[in-house]
Amino acid sequence: MKDTDIKRLLYTHLLCIFSIILSIFIPSLFLENFSILETHLTWLCICSVCVTAVNLVLYLVVKPNASSRRSSLSYKVTRFLKCCIYFLMSCFSFHIIFVLYGAPLIELVLETFLFAVTLSTFTTVPCLCLLGPNIKAWLRVFSRNGVTSVWENSLQITTISSFVGTWLGAFPIPLDWERPWQVWPISCTLGATFGYVAGLVISPLWIYWNRKQLTYKNN
Amino acid sequence: MRLGSGTFAACCVVVEVLGVVLFLRGFFPAPVRSFSGTKHQAEPPAPEPSAGSTSNWTKLPPPLFSKVVIMLIDALRDDFVFGSKGVKFMPYTTYLVEKGASHSFVAEAKPPTVTMPRIKALMTGSLPGFIDVVRNLNSPALLEDNVIAQAKAAGKRIIFYGDETWMKLFPKHFVEYDGTTSYFVSDYTEVDENVTRHLDKALKRGDWDVLILHYLGLDHIGHVSGPSSPLIGRKLSEMDSILMKIHTSLLSEERETLLPNLLVLCGDHGMSETGSHGASSMEEVNTPLILISSAFERKPGDVRRPEHVQQTDLAATLAIGLGLPIPKNSVGSLLFPAIEGKPMREQLRFLHLNTVQLAKLLQETVPSYKKEPGFEQFKISERLHGNWIRLYLEENNSEVLFNLGTKVRKQYLDALKTLSLSLSRQVAQYDVYSMVVGTIVVLEVLTLLLLSIPQALSNKAELEVPLLSPVFSLLFYLTFLVLSAIHVIVCTSAESSCYFCSLSWLTAGGVMMLISALLCAVVSALTKVFVDGKLLSKNAAHSNAQWSELDLLILLGTVGHVLSLGASSFIEEEHQTWYFLVSTLCLALCHDIYRNCLLGDDCELQRSLHMEECFGSATPALQDKNAGSAVLELNRGCKGPPSLDALRGFEKWMVLASPWVILICCRLLRSLNQTGVQWAHRPDLGLWLASSDHKTALSVLAALSLVVIFTLVQRRCSLASKVAMALGLLGVYCYRAAIGNVLFPWQQDNKDISKGIIEARFVYVFVLGILFTGTKDLLKSQVIAADFTVKTVGLWEIYSGLVLLAALLSRPHNLPVLVLSLLIQTLMAKFVWKPLRHDAAEITVMHYWFGQAFFYFQGNSNNIATVDISAGFVGLDAYVEIPAMFLTAFATYAEPVLWASHLVSFLSSEASSGSALSHACFCYALIRSFPVSAYIILVTSLRYHLFIWSVFSPKLLYEGMHLLITAAVCVFFTAMDQTNTKS
Repeated sequence: MKDTDIKRLLYTHLLCIFSIILSIFIPSLFLENFSILETHLTWLCICSVCVTAVNLVLYLVVKPNASSRRSSLSYKVTRFLKCCIYFLMSCFSFHIIFVLYGAPLIELVLETFLFAVTLSTFTTVPCLCLLGPNIKAWLRVFSRNGVTSVWENSLQITTISSFVGTWLGAFPIPLDWERPWQVWPISCTLGATFGYVAGLVISPLWIYWNRKQLTYKNN
Repeated sequence: MRLGSGTFAACCVVVEVLGVVLFLRGFFPAPVRSFSGTKHQAEPPAPEPSAGSTSNWTKLPPPLFSKVVIMLIDALRDDFVFGSKGVKFMPYTTYLVEKGASHSFVAEAKPPTVTMPRIKALMTGSLPGFIDVVRNLNSPALLEDNVIAQAKAAGKRIIFYGDETWMKLFPKHFVEYDGTTSYFVSDYTEVDENVTRHLDKALKRGDWDVLILHYLGLDHIGHVSGPSSPLIGRKLSEMDSILMKIHTSLLSEERETLLPNLLVLCGDHGMSETGSHGASSMEEVNTPLILISSAFERKPGDVRRPEHVQQTDLAATLAIGLGLPIPKNSVGSLLFPAIEGKPMREQLRFLHLNTVQLAKLLQETVPSYKKEPGFEQFKISERLHGNWIRLYLEENNSEVLFNLGTKVRKQYLDALKTLSLSLSRQVAQYDVYSMVVGTIVVLEVLTLLLLSIPQALSNKAELEVPLLSPVFSLLFYLTFLVLSAIHVIVCTSAESSCYFCSLSWLTAGGVMMLISALLCAVVSALTKVFVDGKLLSKNAAHSNAQWSELDLLILLGTVGHVLSLGASSFIEEEHQTWYFLVSTLCLALCHDIYRNCLLGDDCELQRSLHMEECFGSATPALQDKNAGSAVLELNRGCKGPPSLDALRGFEKWMVLASPWVILICCRLLRSLNQTGVQWAHRPDLGLWLASSDHKTALSVLAALSLVVIFTLVQRRCSLASKVAMALGLLGVYCYRAAIGNVLFPWQQDNKDISKGIIEARFVYVFVLGILFTGTKDLLKSQVIAADFTVKTVGLWEIYSGLVLLAALLSRPHNLPVLVLSLLIQTLMAKFVWKPLRHDAAEITVMHYWFGQAFFYFQGNSNNIATVDISAGFVGLDAYVEIPAMFLTAFATYAEPVLWASHLVSFLSSEASSGSALSHACFCYALIRSFPVSAYIILVTSLRYHLFIWSVFSPKLLYEGMHLLITAAVCVFFTAMDQTNTKS
């Protein structure tokens, strides 16, 4: 049971990584002068759309929490709408947190907001897919000893590594190397992406490594 | 000997201060090179070299100019004269530069770009060390050989008008002088009028040889409103008209005398884009230097571009121009264009004099001077020169003579350039022995602190310090013997001066005994750690499991900050590191709070589940311990929620909102003062408020801030200090109104500005009164030993006295910083630390972090230029060294000190925590000595870094000062702790 779960987890994660790689290389076939650094905003949009799409598709195909009972269409619609609202709220709250961390308030608003959107796709979208719009469940997953499945464990790892990547991504900004990627928010978005990818790679491996020690209270 | 951990930490910090002082003395050696100074006046000038027949010219060449006027304009940047501003506002100077009889240069000033070192550099030609900045305030008389002293010895009459610093540097050198004080920065018309009013008389009289004018107005304008202010243009035009006046007067006078006159226009340093100076940006370093004299007449069409030269070159040029010996320590080379018009023999003679002086200086400073390329070039050119003289005396063909002379001249100029370069490189000489001794002391103390963490942070907060046994151990005597041997060897063989060797034998012996005793203590602590290894490893596993995210963040943040000090950009932008860490800390607290609030109900359930799972697992031996710790942790986790649940609705909401409020406050403060280097030029609220157009806004803000300060502080004071506080804050506003920063509502226009001495002293009386009441309460609590609240009130009163002093000394637009720091302290104490029950160590580290962040919120940076020196003159008639230094230090470190004193009063008001204060003291000492020790090692390894003077050294001074303040704070902690244990 667990081993098959881990295998599925690995494949889904590989797909997610693949989607990010695609978002880097595919647009250059259609768009002229596309590069991550120069047309950063375009890349941010494409990347977040790609990752969201792949996440949704994977969620519908894999159905990690299969125990969810059948429900009416209206329930699904409200759930979907709630998810959208949560996503938007997370974007705005990330934006606010960035500003509180020192991002310029008025200049570069679009950049900051798109960065918030990207970070939301890396963190909030998987949470919404897996846990649904349920704050209590989220808090449970992100507190110590609160995870109940392989999926939640991997979700915890990827989300935390995305945050840590973003956090570390801010470090090069004050350095005086004068590189194009040191400009706000490029280093942070790159940090977030690297963190996300690292989380995707690490989490199946880590879970596989510790599969003996890991016990989840529901299975 | 058993010591409380607080006492132990305080002792450690005090010893560490000693180590750091020793290190600093080694790192900033006093410039003692060639101290023979002006006494060896009799030394004859170098005779003209000659091959074979002796030359008949052995005396010093006669002066080139009869009268010299030096017009020094403070903070005159090169583009103010050569740029578009010069064309617009200084038409006469521009005409002289482009078409007139003048030579213009861009003189590069070496950092620190502060007035006194720059004056020294201009007059001695040497490069004053960085430590001169610190001595900038009480500038003692200049003992080094310099142009002014030489001129006086040669019987020249010197008149000086301008900045007082000159009179302190050159006491009794001027036949007539009038000094203007430089510390009322807001005054920029009167300082200059005080200089100019003497000018007409002096020019008419003509009974002088050297006239020096130092204009401060431009610098003041820069400090107040920056280089793009419209006032700059007006000031430049004023300066231009003064220059024209002097020039025409000199020209008209020249007809009567044979020799031409010289007019020098120069700046001492530039002005950064924010209007300050001190660092090494292009704007601060480049100054114009224009030599104007009818001797420099040029043919039409002769375009002279401003050449780049060193500021130190002026001293040699002036000495030659006045017919004086070149100052001994001058590293500058003669400005060749100034002597270009002279006959070849004289040119060569001047160049020779300059080269001989530089070569002699090189000989004195570098042991292996013969290998230096400059010295070899000097020898070659001297030989060529000798040959040329022989030919000249034999009166050969003038054509051949001229060509040969040009060759010799070129050779000399090359030699000068090389010599001057290698000398300026030699200036940074480190006294490595003292540095090493200081570093050893600091590192031993740090090791001792680190090794005693488990003991010191235990519940008893006491530790066994093995002090007596090591003193009688063999190791101690052996180490002492070895150290003394090393000391003797180093001190007898050292060629350069060494501070530690110049100490008396008794002092040096004391330091060595200290080192060996510390070594013994470290060794015994280490053995203890190894003996107790088993127990400790158990404890370690235990404590590892207990670490929360917050502890992890604190540890990572501390280590990360220390590592970041290795990069110059991170030092320049250190405020960003602290803002970042504090924001992250707020988010972590937020996470903590929300988990506790929302998951409080699940706690019980989780614990039971956990127990079950652990005991049911396959490896009971290992899991047992884990389970124990997990239960402990869960217990700890569950300690919070009940108290959170017990809170009423409003308070619960406040708990939930307070991290966000704090974050918003920090963001607001961040935009109040832009500091650092990269983003320092960005417009900020502070500048907007400080500009004279927004005086009303500033007044409203200041009044509001003072009211809020009163409401926040008064709640725990006694009645008497409440009244004193209110009157004191009123006095602060009156003081600000008196010196013209803010307005009273009934007085709309600026009336005359005074120094506000009475108002400031009025406030001082209340500060002292409140502090006195606080101390009295503390003493009472110690004597009576019963009333706990008396002590809390006493501590709070001391804290509020410090708040009042900070309110008086801080810049008017920084009052909101004070308000918000008080607000954050209140919020944190009431809604975060108390309900979440953080332990003393965590609270201490958080206080320290906030203190650091607020240090930068105040507008400070790791740059000397941001120190607000004007705080040292609040309420003082004239410069009095000790109070001024104390006030400046307090104004700079006000926020860290306030946070530390809040820590004391907060921890001692929490009656439950018995050993909290000594834990806090220990943590405070540890968290401060860790970066200091790391930074000392970093600086030692980076001592040849390009930015060592501009970035790393100021930071080193800041670190040393901060450690000193920490030592004071720790001693205060310990004193409080003692009273606590006694009661």
